[in-house]
Amino acid sequence: MLKQSDIILTPEGATEDAAVLALEGITKTFPGVKALSEVSLRLVPGKVTALIGENGAGKSTVVKILTGIYQPDGGTILVNGKSTTFPVPQAAADHGVTAIHQETVLFDELSVAENIFLGHAPRGKFGLIDLKAMNRKAQDILAGIGANIDPEHKLKDLGIANKHLVAIARALSIDARVVIMDEPTAALSHKEIEELYELVESLKAQGKAILFISHKFDEIFRIADNYTVFRDGQLIGDGAIADVTEADLVKMMVGRDVSQIFPARTPNPGETVLKVAGYSHPTEFEDIGFTLRKGEILGFYGLVGAGRSEFMQSLFGITRPSAGTVEIDGKTVQIKSPADAVENGIVYVPEDRGRQGAILDLPIFQNVTLPSLGRISGRGFLKLAEEFKLAREYTERLDLRAASLDTHVGNLSGGNQQKVVIAKWLATQPKVIILDEPTKGVDIGSKAAVHEFMAELAAQGLAVIMVSSEIPEIMGMSDRVIVMREGRIIVELADRDLQPETLVRHAAGI
Amino acid sequence: MSTTVRTIPDRLRSLLEQRLKSWETLLLLVAIGIFIANSFASPYFLNAWNLSDATFNFTEKAMIAFAMALLIISGEIDLSVASIIALASTAMGAAVQMGVGTPGLVLIGLGVGLLCGAFNGVLVTRMGLPSIVVTIGTMSLFRGISFIVLGDQAFRGYPASFSWFGQGYVWWVISFEFVLFAIIALIYAVLLHKTNFGRAVYAIGNNATGAMFSGIRVQRVKFILFLLTGLMSGVAAICLTARLGSTRPSIATGWELEIVTMVVLGGVSILGGSGTIAGVVIAAFVMGLVTFGLGLLNVPGIVMSIVIGALLIGVIALPRLWSVWRAR
Repeated sequence: MLKQSDIILTPEGATEDAAVLALEGITKTFPGVKALSEVSLRLVPGKVTALIGENGAGKSTVVKILTGIYQPDGGTILVNGKSTTFPVPQAAADHGVTAIHQETVLFDELSVAENIFLGHAPRGKFGLIDLKAMNRKAQDILAGIGANIDPEHKLKDLGIANKHLVAIARALSIDARVVIMDEPTAALSHKEIEELYELVESLKAQGKAILFISHKFDEIFRIADNYTVFRDGQLIGDGAIADVTEADLVKMMVGRDVSQIFPARTPNPGETVLKVAGYSHPTEFEDIGFTLRKGEILGFYGLVGAGRSEFMQSLFGITRPSAGTVEIDGKTVQIKSPADAVENGIVYVPEDRGRQGAILDLPIFQNVTLPSLGRISGRGFLKLAEEFKLAREYTERLDLRAASLDTHVGNLSGGNQQKVVIAKWLATQPKVIILDEPTKGVDIGSKAAVHEFMAELAAQGLAVIMVSSEIPEIMGMSDRVIVMREGRIIVELADRDLQPETLVRHAAGI
Repeated sequence: MSTTVRTIPDRLRSLLEQRLKSWETLLLLVAIGIFIANSFASPYFLNAWNLSDATFNFTEKAMIAFAMALLIISGEIDLSVASIIALASTAMGAAVQMGVGTPGLVLIGLGVGLLCGAFNGVLVTRMGLPSIVVTIGTMSLFRGISFIVLGDQAFRGYPASFSWFGQGYVWWVISFEFVLFAIIALIYAVLLHKTNFGRAVYAIGNNATGAMFSGIRVQRVKFILFLLTGLMSGVAAICLTARLGSTRPSIATGWELEIVTMVVLGGVSILGGSGTIAGVVIAAFVMGLVTFGLGLLNVPGIVMSIVIGALLIGVIALPRLWSVWRAR
């Protein structure tokens, strides 16, 4: 797989210009996962470079390296061709690199001008902040980007679109040479998006290099000059946007042989075990309805923020829905808390393992038995021998690697932590198991083990719901796939011969 | 993929080894050291009646400390306990004036404790307010009511049978309070270490979100802990009122901090998640012995509070050194 990175940098057309900021051979490893493997990226003044990739392809890691939040394990950062490092975020800012994030860090209680100039406000007498000068300069910058905002207003009084403009103004105030925009249109209306495009055009005209991260192909083709595609932490391709089609990009994003790494299954669905209808929440999701049968693996695909996890957590009793019904084995049930969900046989393996899935400072056996204590204790009194027996039974089925059952879960690798969480729920003998990004942050070896085990569970008659943003996983494991976008079910794809391109199109709404 | 199933051992280190290398063992050594030092420092120390008297320094506080230990392990705190004593004692005093007998007084003491605990519990678990803020508020509120009722007066005239709870002896030098302390210690040790409820308390204290996602009814458990702390304050109010024979609104002033000190000294993490009842029991003895020993040496009260303060800071610092030693 590593060889793919050799294809890179056969410069043609687009890469002739001198890059103001470039990455070369950047590698970044987290415990158990290689987030980036010798990737390169070139940002050219006056050009918009689109960074494209699936969730987990390594885009955010690159942004964090460019802004000095992460340090690469290998490779070089070049500013105007000179090798440098960004040991702290301030170092990146000093080199004129600024990022506008999905949720940009701004301060609600400060004024617009204070937000723009926080950390580099104009100084007057005795080194005190020169409020007048600051407000005037803020006014100039805001006017320059066509934003009609009073610099003395508190930030919390502004709408999302205007907050975005403030973030952009802040980027301009430090005389940025490189502007990173991470999904800048995610929260904007159609009109606001048009205004943002104009702004990007004017930044280009000023000679700024722009890194534009987006899932939406229409806007990539609208404003980007160059593209760079990542997949699984590797550079797959780059070049001028004029030379490629949408289909080419999608293929680069998802194209790989998915059939081999996943266990072969012969789906044999039994009777319906779960039926959800009209399930809604005031802000997160609307009118979710589907059925799930025994022995089935139902995949939920969508972009981050499509409302999949929010819906699953509501089904598990964490948040209350505003409407909707849930039937288990044909009987309507009321789920008001996770405890109710577990009693009714619905269990949930969350994406956030460290905070929600496991209790890291407790031993493995106590984690596994926690929801089952009522069943294996005697009138509320613990039975230690029974606990170890139950914990051993389920952790060994999952082939857990641990020094002992008394080891704290926090000392295990991500994959083994996930096995503890799954063991915990299997020990309750559930009817429906919901797995939310089950292999996120899990090393390749454990990934295969988790997939293997999912297939086995389904074969034994358990109904499985799998939320995943990884197309190979969705395609390799699911019997049916539901695609969600903006809190709604867009389509249900029943065939096993569904195409990656189809999934991406439905999820992104193109 | 049928891999050969490997057997994972239950534990690498035996429970005995874990216990020998625990905070409680260290604390026990400290207690023994203080005991020996005291017996050399004062000729009056090694006297059965004197030692029996010394236990009154901690029995009432320790009763509350056990419930407080569970509350702190779960990640909450109750600073209103001493004020609950004042309010419960005032209620009992008022009842005495109306001619209520001993069984009625006990019920009132326990009932007021439960009500106060429930009030704290509702504010924290239903309204989602931080317990430190809520109980600082109720600390003033409960004692304030007591002051309004009593002013600079005092309630007296408790029946002789009621006094037994604070002054009675079960056998020779063994007081009723000491027996009650031992029984309550045992009940809380079993509750925390041997029941599902106790396991839930640890789980919540380590990671309340994770506990909720594991199907634990977090708010219900916390509410019960506030009830228990209130109830134990009621029990302590009965013992203390019976021992003093009168009620003033200033009764048990400052106890909440001594109780928290006792809990933390016992090895309960102030951040929640860890600690044992055995540790709190030993800490109760340590604090009792220190106060009593210094008292025998005619050390003034202000110096005693300096010693207790130094003890507490030492306790915050020691675990850091301790974990370094244990890691070896």
